[in-house]
Amino acid sequence: MLQKFLPYLSKYRAAVILGILCSALEAMFELIIPLVMSYIVDVGIVNRDIGYTIKMGLLMVAMAMIALAFGIGSARFSAVAGQGFGAELRKGEFEKIQRYSFKNIESFSTASLITRLTGDVNTMQMSVTMGMKMLVRAPVMLITALVIAISINARLAMVFAVGIPVLVISLYLIIKRVKIYFTELQERTDGVNVVVQENLVGIRIVKSFVRERFEKSKFNKKNEEFKDTAEKAFGLIVLNMPIMQLVMFSTIIAIMWFGGNMVYTGDLQVGKLTSFITYVQQILMSLMMLSMIFMMLTRSVASARRVMEVLEEMPDVSDNTEEDVEIIDGSVVFEDVYFKYDVHGNEYNLEGINLKIESGMTVGIIGGTGSAKTTLVQLIPRLYDVDKGRVLVGGRDVRDYKIKTLRNSVAMVLQKNTLFSGTIEENLRWGNENATMEQIKSAAKAACAEEFINKFEEGYETVLEQGGVNLSGGQKQRLSIARAMLKEPKILILDDSTSAVDTATDTKIRKSFKNELRETTKIIIAQRIASVMDADLIVVMDNGKISAAGNHKELMKSSDIYKDVYTSQQEGVDLNV
Amino acid sequence: MSDKFASKENSSNMSSPMGHGPGRRMGFNKPKDMKSTLRKLGKYLSKYNGLLILTVIFILLSSVSMIAGSYFLKPLINKYIIPGDFSGMAKMLLLLAAIYSLGAGASFAYARIMVHISQSTVFDLRKDMFDKMQGLPLKFFDSNTHGDLMSRYTNDIDTISQALNNSLAGIISSVITFTGVIIMMIVLSPLMILVTAVMLFLIFFLSKIIAKKSKHYFSMQQAKLGYVNGYIEEMIEGQKDIKVFCYEEKAIEEFNSRNEELRKAATNAQTFAGLVMPVLGNMAYLNYAVTSSVGGILTILGILDIGTLVSYLQYTRQVSMPINHVSQQANMILNALAGAERIFDIMEKNDEVDKGKITLVKVTDEKSGFACETQENTECWAWKVKLEYVEEDLVPLKGDVKLENVDFSYIEGKPVLKNVSLFAKPGEKIAFVGSTGAGKTTITNLINRFYEIQSGKITYDGIDVREISKESLRRSLGIVLQDIHLFTGTVADNIRYGKLDASDEEVVQAAKLANAHEFIKHLPYGYETMLSGDGANLSQGQRQLISIARAAVADPPVLILDEATSSIDTRTEKLIEKGMDKLMEGRTVFVIAHRLSTIRNAKAILVLEDGRIIERGSHEDLLEQRGRYYQLYTGQAELN
Repeated sequence: MLQKFLPYLSKYRAAVILGILCSALEAMFELIIPLVMSYIVDVGIVNRDIGYTIKMGLLMVAMAMIALAFGIGSARFSAVAGQGFGAELRKGEFEKIQRYSFKNIESFSTASLITRLTGDVNTMQMSVTMGMKMLVRAPVMLITALVIAISINARLAMVFAVGIPVLVISLYLIIKRVKIYFTELQERTDGVNVVVQENLVGIRIVKSFVRERFEKSKFNKKNEEFKDTAEKAFGLIVLNMPIMQLVMFSTIIAIMWFGGNMVYTGDLQVGKLTSFITYVQQILMSLMMLSMIFMMLTRSVASARRVMEVLEEMPDVSDNTEEDVEIIDGSVVFEDVYFKYDVHGNEYNLEGINLKIESGMTVGIIGGTGSAKTTLVQLIPRLYDVDKGRVLVGGRDVRDYKIKTLRNSVAMVLQKNTLFSGTIEENLRWGNENATMEQIKSAAKAACAEEFINKFEEGYETVLEQGGVNLSGGQKQRLSIARAMLKEPKILILDDSTSAVDTATDTKIRKSFKNELRETTKIIIAQRIASVMDADLIVVMDNGKISAAGNHKELMKSSDIYKDVYTSQQEGVDLNV
Repeated sequence: MSDKFASKENSSNMSSPMGHGPGRRMGFNKPKDMKSTLRKLGKYLSKYNGLLILTVIFILLSSVSMIAGSYFLKPLINKYIIPGDFSGMAKMLLLLAAIYSLGAGASFAYARIMVHISQSTVFDLRKDMFDKMQGLPLKFFDSNTHGDLMSRYTNDIDTISQALNNSLAGIISSVITFTGVIIMMIVLSPLMILVTAVMLFLIFFLSKIIAKKSKHYFSMQQAKLGYVNGYIEEMIEGQKDIKVFCYEEKAIEEFNSRNEELRKAATNAQTFAGLVMPVLGNMAYLNYAVTSSVGGILTILGILDIGTLVSYLQYTRQVSMPINHVSQQANMILNALAGAERIFDIMEKNDEVDKGKITLVKVTDEKSGFACETQENTECWAWKVKLEYVEEDLVPLKGDVKLENVDFSYIEGKPVLKNVSLFAKPGEKIAFVGSTGAGKTTITNLINRFYEIQSGKITYDGIDVREISKESLRRSLGIVLQDIHLFTGTVADNIRYGKLDASDEEVVQAAKLANAHEFIKHLPYGYETMLSGDGANLSQGQRQLISIARAAVADPPVLILDEATSSIDTRTEKLIEKGMDKLMEGRTVFVIAHRLSTIRNAKAILVLEDGRIIERGSHEDLLEQRGRYYQLYTGQAELN
């Protein structure tokens, strides 16, 4: 897996190499200092040579300064590499997501995509920065210290043959257990969070059913489970330190005993003995450091996997052709179309759809929840690709157009549309970047949005909050319609886009479609029959199939479903007559 | 579509992309009122006073044994190693072993106790915060975003737990070690301590400079992080619109420029963060170098002996570690205190006002003469009123709701309801009609006292609703909302939310009433099918059917339906109409409807506009009046 991330580092290869070099050299220079100190004790003091002592002292200062310089270098280079890596990764993910189809987007949840771009990248770039410093430093420290220790006295260094394996094995055993507990802890965390989240979202339900006590006891249970697991996990982690201390102290005592004997027999000098003890600490500390790094890395492995999933997801709708063909008109043909969301599912969501829509027609689509109305229209701008059959726009298979060309000619107002932070004008310009203010105003007027925009003090300059939360549902829908109209599309699709708009306004909007978008094919999904009644063609969907198609009069005769819906809705119509 | 709009506007101002998200824990969050936060946190910790004292004792033991261990190097070298006294050396080493084991044992003990204390404390914090939240008024939830509240349970609690786990004990132990080491150094050589003091001052000075610099760069990084994360959030949420409008390239372009800004700022911040270790570490080595040369000279001059020098050098290595440690942990502690402050903020909010003493009780059938309280399930309810002179009185619950001259606003100065008066006779179906923002949902929110009215009076069977305990008031009102929320659990669990002790049969009965039984039967595990993510595996209509069944099983005398069928298409709506009719039978019902066809059979229809009731009457009456309702009904209305 690590290999797959290398390309994202390649831009910062120099920083990586320099950083690693700096870290390694820093550790080495630091480690020589205690050795130099031993010369002060063994040579300088023993020979009562002040000049030598000062010389050695200056040497040590110089080494500390060199180490510091390398340390600063390592801090800088690892920050450059780590943050650069993070930025590249975010960029890679973001660009990839822009190529996702609806199906790809749906296979992740929005919240999870956001975490993968933010928190997970953070964790990973931290690992790179820390890894470059620690993962280099620890082994260099370990090896350098061992080499120096052996060179001081190989026999005495034999003590490590016992100390190191004992520490390594016990650290390994602890980490192994801790990992299990941490997976469990993650589940417990989710458990707590779900209760809080649902409580927050459903607080009106909680209050109106007077379930506060029930919620408290639900939370308490999850909270207790979390606490128990957390105590187990952290209780185990804190074993690390005392075990390391025990091993270190036993080693020191052993070295004192054997080393003391050697000093007596003259095989070792006192200064060397003390510096030896310093190296004991360094060696064991570096092992501790390694174990800590591994713990950190295991945590970032989960993040790495999640990020990789985003990067490796194959966009299932992409350009099949290099040729950029213009779309001649807004005719739409469905030829024996089959489609299912779930690749492995047995049932098709759309089955055997045959439909011919002529350019400039107004088409209404009605049907119950889950009858696949939305699915049907989403195939036109290739938000999904058909499984069988084909969809033709302007007489040509939609897959034979460039996606950009196709979608620029097909405007769609989604059921759940999003407005973005920025002014109303900026939002409308999504439809056409280069639109004149006049065009914008006329689109807003046609979508009956002008009336409320003008009521705002700032008019078109009114700043919308993220998601347009400072607008009502109906206002959002009207802005979305205006935005789509600005595209001057060949085909305009409205997916239940006037549900929050009152009937009178709805009628007005449809009227302006008729007048302003004469050439455009208008496809309108609606709940209210009134919204589609005067359409040239009304398609009645039922359970993924076209149950009937025709104009209002025909359907009143031929379609039971249509008649049914009509009678249930014919509010006031007869009064009007 | 609902009248929550006004208050939402308010809440959105309070959330900014900086406010939450993964970036927060890295920042420098300073508590505003450190003293009082510390005191409050202290109160939580004081529950574990005994254990805390034990912790300090163990920390003391562990630090002292560490210091003593180094001290023994001196006699070990001077008295035993150099003269070659092996039996003495063995004794000394055994003593050393004992001290070290004690130290290791003590350091395990205090760390383990601290884990218990910290986990128990954050458990208490979480519990109190959640319990507190259950009592807070809806206004609180309107004015805080979910993300912001969630982050108190995640980020804020996390930092507190980490600070208690590591930093608290770490800082105590650092302070003790530092003091102990300095004392020992003075004991060993009052002369050499001068050298150490100069060096320590230098280290301290340098770390302050770095901290100040890095603080500056960190706040820059935080700002850029919010800038990028906010963009990511918004674009990912609007991803489908991006596709439809071919906005991908522009989004990438904008993202890249923001991303680059973040990279630059973060690189600087991380460089400084990375500087702390090498600078402090190498300053420690510098200290070591200077000390050993000066010590060497002093030894040559005969002022020091070798044992003292070796011991002293050992301390020199130990003395800078605590400084290093404290400087690392101080930020953690500050962050934790800032988090704690946010948590205590919630805990000090005022609860919902609930001074009502009148409760709802089951009574025996009143037809038999006089009613009296019973435990049996009689389907007859009454308000238990305690009067001053008489013992108590039972007022039968009928569902007679009256609003008298009610004024209400979510935000001061922006009235939503103006002088509204209305009455619903028991068993009647009352419908509210009006455009968005007219105040329909608000009226129902006031009946169950989600919000407090500013003036006027709302009575329920002749009793001021403020006199009724909230629990009883809400128990008597069933509610089906436009925004449906289901909980993680089985379908049966979700229906049972309306009545916790409902039998399986009652659950099925309620589902049948709401016409939900059919589709539930066809779910993979029927009533035992697990729902998660707010019932994400169900369609909108199915979720609504479950929420209607949930209200049905509660069997409330009064029912509020707030656009309960808005997300169900007309065909499905027809299917559940029968169930709904059955559910409404014999109850007082308040209906807010989007489709006028669903309220035609209401006893009284109230037309609201701009916070006032402008028309009232039956469907036929109102059509005859040829007023607003007529216009709405025939689709002629010019709504704002």
